Amino acid sequence: MAIRWGNYATGPFYDELIKGRNKPREAAVDLCSYLRGLSDKDIEEYRVAASTAIHVMGITFTVYTEEEGSIDRAWPFDIIPRIIDKKEWQQIELGLKQRVKALNMFIDDLYNEQRILGAGIVPEDILINSKNFLPECLGVKPKHGVWAHICGSDLVRDQHGTVYVLEDNLRVPSGVSYMLENRHVMKRVFPDMFEKYNILPVDDYPSELYDMLCQLSPREVAQPEIVVLTPGIYNSAYFEHAYLAQQMGAELVVGSDLEVDDDDIVYMRTVEGLSRVDVIYRRIDDAFLDPEVFHEDSMLGVPGLMRAWKAGNVGLANAPGAGVADDKVVYAFVPDIIRFYLNEEPLLQNVPTYKCINKDERDYVIEHIDEMVVKPANESGGYGMLIGPHATKAEREKFVRLIRRDPRNYVAQPMLLLSTAPTLIGNKAEARHLDLRPFILSGEDISVTTGGLTRVAMRKGSTVVNSSQGGGSKDTWIVDMEGE
Amino acid sequence: MLSRVANHIYWMARYLERAENTARLIQVNTHLLLDLPRSVPLGWEPIVDILSIRENFYANYESADEKSVIRFMVTDPNNPGSIINSLAAARENARIVREIIPSEAWEEINNIHLQAKADGQSVLTRRHRFNCLNKIIKANQTITGLVGGTMNRDDAYAFLRLGRHLERCDMTSRIIDVRSASLLPQMADEHPAFENIQWIGVLKSLSAYQMYRQEMRLRVNRTDVLEFLLKRHSFPRSICHSVHQIKKCLEELPQSDAVCDQFEQLSTIVEKLDIHTLTQESLHHVIDEIQAGLMDIHLAVNKAYF
Repeated sequence: MAIRWGNYATGPFYDELIKGRNKPREAAVDLCSYLRGLSDKDIEEYRVAASTAIHVMGITFTVYTEEEGSIDRAWPFDIIPRIIDKKEWQQIELGLKQRVKALNMFIDDLYNEQRILGAGIVPEDILINSKNFLPECLGVKPKHGVWAHICGSDLVRDQHGTVYVLEDNLRVPSGVSYMLENRHVMKRVFPDMFEKYNILPVDDYPSELYDMLCQLSPREVAQPEIVVLTPGIYNSAYFEHAYLAQQMGAELVVGSDLEVDDDDIVYMRTVEGLSRVDVIYRRIDDAFLDPEVFHEDSMLGVPGLMRAWKAGNVGLANAPGAGVADDKVVYAFVPDIIRFYLNEEPLLQNVPTYKCINKDERDYVIEHIDEMVVKPANESGGYGMLIGPHATKAEREKFVRLIRRDPRNYVAQPMLLLSTAPTLIGNKAEARHLDLRPFILSGEDISVTTGGLTRVAMRKGSTVVNSSQGGGSKDTWIVDMEGE
Repeated sequence: MLSRVANHIYWMARYLERAENTARLIQVNTHLLLDLPRSVPLGWEPIVDILSIRENFYANYESADEKSVIRFMVTDPNNPGSIINSLAAARENARIVREIIPSEAWEEINNIHLQAKADGQSVLTRRHRFNCLNKIIKANQTITGLVGGTMNRDDAYAFLRLGRHLERCDMTSRIIDVRSASLLPQMADEHPAFENIQWIGVLKSLSAYQMYRQEMRLRVNRTDVLEFLLKRHSFPRSICHSVHQIKKCLEELPQSDAVCDQFEQLSTIVEKLDIHTLTQESLHHVIDEIQAGLMDIHLAVNKAYF
């Protein structure tokens, strides 16, 4: 009798599984009573089984440290799943589709007519100063008007249970393979839970991804040649690159496997000679994509790739330049962007965001810096952030200086009280903060993963969920309660 | 398939095969030591020669005693061919091509590497050695079974078998070479009964003893053992079998003309070989030729595909 819900403290936060007075939410009733019935020994056994499965399946991520170089770490995984009722999920799904649709229209507009700038909805200098805006992409019209084919949006929930979009990752979002593998691990470890619940499957993501990539092929052939372009085994997401290539039956390539000839066509080097490539799912950043156009010393990219893409001879997912819309300053405008292009009210909320570029908002941020989360416009992975309430005085002062020096590069948000879920710490369940990253695929149509990757901050009170900084993960169950 | 990928698959197979054969080598030497009289000077030094690692070994150790040789061959990071390094290299290659090989095979490779890292030290005590090495041999047998049972018969599989048989052919030739030459000369006169034990040891190191009895039906003796290990197609670790397999792989691969030319030279050497007229010295010479032939094929493969 190791997990006693009576001792579980939710604090001031919204808990994903437990509501007030330590009663489980409707969708979590069976899970909680199942967990309550487990002995210490059972829990230990399940935990060992899960970590063995992760070890044996080789589910890893790579961390780069100064001292040790690159090391492969086992994926951190918590065996207590996070549960979302299908009815609620369907609403979130609609909101995500709306959001990504508008974002793609926004990117396409920026690189072509620039209607939204003309209408004065988004100020022009935000665009000009964005590191992720690529003038090389002006005038390019990718198929279906889609630039961000794969989007990973981070969702969080506040203390009232409201779901917010925290950020959109439109460049090379990662994590989907862990979502798939988490489910495999859970099925190995808790097969009996899958009989009790009507848990919607997540397995079809690789097929959906494959179909979407096929739609980008410039050639009308039955089986276009699709490749996944990786920076190589030392990249933190290499596991995922290999995994997705394997699941799709696509070639996993590095830059040196590809070449672009004078005919502006991309070829890969095979044991039979050169062979044409139709679509590249690239997992390297824009700046390294093509040494002819961007960083000329990039060893990761393919010289001539931009030429081939602009000539319409190869599909690139995501399109170069798509990152202009996951700038954290642009984020603040997303509700307006949705209204402008779709003439609809946003279904999913943005976290209130102060743009330091506006003097009033900047002054407010500086005055309330100890309550704010300050983010640089173009960083990812939780780097370069200030979490005001947890920071030292010196750190806060440093950020005030940074903001004053380069206001365009910073936005600030009030500190949200992120939701929690029971997480196994020792043999007890304790509340830990988490977020959710669903993945949205856009081609001819838009589809959303069933749930997504739940990331959890394993340290008490922490809200940093990045695996490179001590975060863990959970399987995410979308359960159909009406089918019960 | 991608040239780079073919290269990784080829080396993955070579390193796995190398780890297995190195384990076999240590296994059988340990057993022999237990059978032979104390006066017989069978030691661990010949193993160092089998693997052509003398220079590197003496740069790291003073004498070729049991502990030093075994540590060098199994767990020493300074020996590029140590089992632990072979498994790490096999894993690193497998990791790069994990979308090509069956995922169960990747799991097994990952697993044996982790295991060898965790309990490789136990090989130093004779009591735990058998289990430790057997796990490595069994793991490669399992991997071979997994890829054989679940992998498409395509170029990737041909490169995998090509790597495996080039390495196996090489290791078998080394085992024969040292066992038949440097280990035995003076001993045969002094302890005739033990010469056969030596040959049984050679067979056992290749898991060939049982199959030898079935095929040759004779008492174990030098000529027949050499005939069996060099010339018989039927045994899957014989030189002749591996050579035949290399040929089959090349037939399956595209544009293999240049490699096939190299192959013919090796094939002729093996075919012309007449065991009955083979002296100790000429055997050693032929084996050198075989090893050089294998190296030439490797270089030709490298040039044609990678």
